[in-house]
Amino acid sequence: MSSDSPDNSRRKFLTGSLSLVGGTGAAATLWPFLSSMAPSAKSRAAGAPVKVDISRLKDGEKIDLIWRKKPIWVVKRTKNMLDSINTNEGQHKDPMSENTEQQPDFAKNKFRSLKPEILVLEGVCTHLGCNPAFKSDENKFFCACHGSNFDLAGKVANGSPAGANLKVPPYRFEDENTIIVGELPQSDNESKG
Amino acid sequence: MIKKNIFILLFLVIVNSVSYAASQKSELAEKYKAMNSINNKASLQRGAKYFVNYCSGCHSLKYMRMSTLAEDLNIEEVVFSQNLLFSNKKIGETMTIPMSESDAILWFNAIPPDLSLTARSKGPDYIYSKLNTYYEDDSSPTGFNNIALPNTSMPNILAGLQGGQKLELDDKNNPVGFIKISKGTHNDLEYKQLTNDITNFLVYVSEPAKLRRYSMGFWVLMFIFIFTIIAYYTKKEFWKDVH
Amino acid sequence: MSEISGKIDDKSSPSGVIGWVDERLPILSFVRNHLTHYYTPKNFNFWYFFGSLAFLILFLQIFTGIFLAMHYKPDAKLAFDSVEFIMRDVNLGWLIRYMHSTGASAFFVVVYLHMFRALMYGSFKKPRELIWLFGVFIYLALMAEAFMGYLLPWGQTSYWGAQVIINLFTTIPFIGQELGIWIRGDFAISDPTLTRFFALHIVAVPMVILLLVILHLAALHTVGSNNPDGVEIKKHKDENGVPLDGIPFHPYYTVKDFVGIGVFLFLFALTVFFIPEMGGYFLEHANFIPANPLVTPDHIAPVWYFTPFYSILRAIPDPAYGALAMAMSIVVLFFMPWIDSNPIKSIRYRSMLFRINLFVFVIGFLILGYLGVKAPTPLYSALALRFSEMYFIFFALLYFYSSARGNLYSYIFTGAIVFLIAIYDVARITSDNYISVLIGLASVCIFIMFMTLTPLFSNLNKEKQVPDRITG
Repeated sequence: MSSDSPDNSRRKFLTGSLSLVGGTGAAATLWPFLSSMAPSAKSRAAGAPVKVDISRLKDGEKIDLIWRKKPIWVVKRTKNMLDSINTNEGQHKDPMSENTEQQPDFAKNKFRSLKPEILVLEGVCTHLGCNPAFKSDENKFFCACHGSNFDLAGKVANGSPAGANLKVPPYRFEDENTIIVGELPQSDNESKG
Repeated sequence: MIKKNIFILLFLVIVNSVSYAASQKSELAEKYKAMNSINNKASLQRGAKYFVNYCSGCHSLKYMRMSTLAEDLNIEEVVFSQNLLFSNKKIGETMTIPMSESDAILWFNAIPPDLSLTARSKGPDYIYSKLNTYYEDDSSPTGFNNIALPNTSMPNILAGLQGGQKLELDDKNNPVGFIKISKGTHNDLEYKQLTNDITNFLVYVSEPAKLRRYSMGFWVLMFIFIFTIIAYYTKKEFWKDVH
Repeated sequence: MSEISGKIDDKSSPSGVIGWVDERLPILSFVRNHLTHYYTPKNFNFWYFFGSLAFLILFLQIFTGIFLAMHYKPDAKLAFDSVEFIMRDVNLGWLIRYMHSTGASAFFVVVYLHMFRALMYGSFKKPRELIWLFGVFIYLALMAEAFMGYLLPWGQTSYWGAQVIINLFTTIPFIGQELGIWIRGDFAISDPTLTRFFALHIVAVPMVILLLVILHLAALHTVGSNNPDGVEIKKHKDENGVPLDGIPFHPYYTVKDFVGIGVFLFLFALTVFFIPEMGGYFLEHANFIPANPLVTPDHIAPVWYFTPFYSILRAIPDPAYGALAMAMSIVVLFFMPWIDSNPIKSIRYRSMLFRINLFVFVIGFLILGYLGVKAPTPLYSALALRFSEMYFIFFALLYFYSSARGNLYSYIFTGAIVFLIAIYDVARITSDNYISVLIGLASVCIFIMFMTLTPLFSNLNKEKQVPDRITG
């Protein structure tokens, strides 16, 4: 033993390292607990891509499916519906789909889709998460919660409380009539359809 | 009346303990010890293949998620889907089986148990000895009996691999071993290796976390060790004040 | 920035945010009273780690329990599956579950050592009777907590263990049967039993334990800690009122406890990561089979921390009296401060006979624990009976050693205990068991006579002079 008198710098160093190591340990101990709150293997498995057959989807109709516990819409847009999108310039907050969060790159186009007639959207209002309704006669989606309007490409109309376009999920065509929601197209050829 | 219940219970405990002790006496079954090593990935992969080929017709692994299995055993998903995936199953699902309980009763007069946790509840040695101690017995409806689980209703699925064997009895009619009476597709060593692989696989299935907890535990212990050393010297430093 | 002094002056009032808060909520004074200016005897040894360790484990159990409750499903149909879900599908769920299951056993290890410390150094004696009483209540609540928690995995041991324990209540005269049904909420253990045990396990009993722990600590900090010498440090103070043999809890015992915590966590992590089942003692093999009311497992034994009491229960082959004996074995703990009223606290200054008594008690308790896991053979049952008797004799002897006893008193006392034990043996002796009964009876009687009559002829019961100050 070097000395019996208190050695303050040694004390500071030791308490400092003890706090550092102890604090690191305590923080690391939090990790399993925080990570246990993330989706389990079961939820992740349930979040796997979903296949949907659209061979019987008629013009102007919408079908709903669930992917990652969220409603996914598939709409077969009619000529009339596509025209309504062609002619509604200047009425939307993000007409060019500049917000990259809201769609995969392949959907950054006028119809926000792989094929013009087939629309795939997450049916969750970008305002506060309600499910907008499909108004086929008015060529729009309307969210009853706070009155947001979206056109049939999911673009949010000026004057709506919602700030962003409806989200396009990743999807691809396995063949002419089969869509896989949750996977991106494997090549450009496919994305052109 | 009041006391009866607990008497019966205590009685059950005693009787069952005695019968447990009696069942333990099967020395022949005790001779079969599984040599399992959970870190032997090749053995686990073989075991998974054998299990899917020979066992999964009747036995489910209802807690075993196939995606976890593929990841833990280093099997690529494509390979897994081609070789190990049950029909009509997605890789994120667990290994349940299509056989209904009523069919099972009809065919086997018993419901084949789910084997997810058998290695934990009965131990690996039980599984290994069960797979090794089938013998021909004309008095049994399946034509086979088993030392590890006498009067089992499970047919001897692996008979073609192991070959036929009869029980060897000593003077007092106690089983002491087996006499080979027909050849199987596998020789003794190969068969033991195969059953060991299946056992090893079931040990993994009973607790997939086992693959991870040893290595993680090592680092945690190292960390705590360092912490303790620092704490010790800090304590020593401060306690210089105390006389 | 100026140098901040490590110590806070008592009289100066802090300024700034801390001062603002302290005027309204006395956080600083609390820290002073209970940490930096709480004076603790300077001679704590190894045995004084277990209080803070118990506190750490309590925190750990509550914390891990909260996260388990996020994934567990208290439903007879789903419970077992949800535990396997935690073990397999929840990210690192297995780690949280093993921490909780290992924590339960660790809690009892630590609490048993903590209680043994109190027996050794007389920490239950005046003026610390309330600390001890709250402690025994904590121990009781902990037993209830552990018992109810063990039902939740809904495996075979969960189910049949609960079956046996709940049936203990049915042995209570007159109301027993109805009480058993009321506890279960059904005619057998089933879904309602599981859901109420869940509610009690995660909410009610933990709150009771927390409250009791606060009372336990408040009572402790009122009278101050005992120490291995069993002398009161408050008797000798300096001119500032600081005990001469005391040191502030912080930093001296906080840094010391960190060493204890480090060693404990090492052993804890060793168990969690490498031997979480502890060979079937922490997690029993049969509990990996879902509960089945139609099949009793081959061998059911309670979890290890209950087995000494389970042995006492089984020692008397009459369920009602067995249950009574078991209840008494815990109730007697409450009376410790009045059973042992010898003014000398620490074992260091007590007589040789006291040490033998305590030693035999601990060994007997461990043997009872061992016997509780084993199936009862005739030999084991005979041993369990004798060690159960020894369990109670320990307390009788403590009472006997409370003060110097005269000849007549010693003989009458010995005769009374021997009579009590012999009368039970006479009632059950038959031509089959007389050898084992007589050997057992003789051994116990010789032990009692040695413990009570040798003081008349020797110095074995001589106590040492208690020092005035702490010895070092």
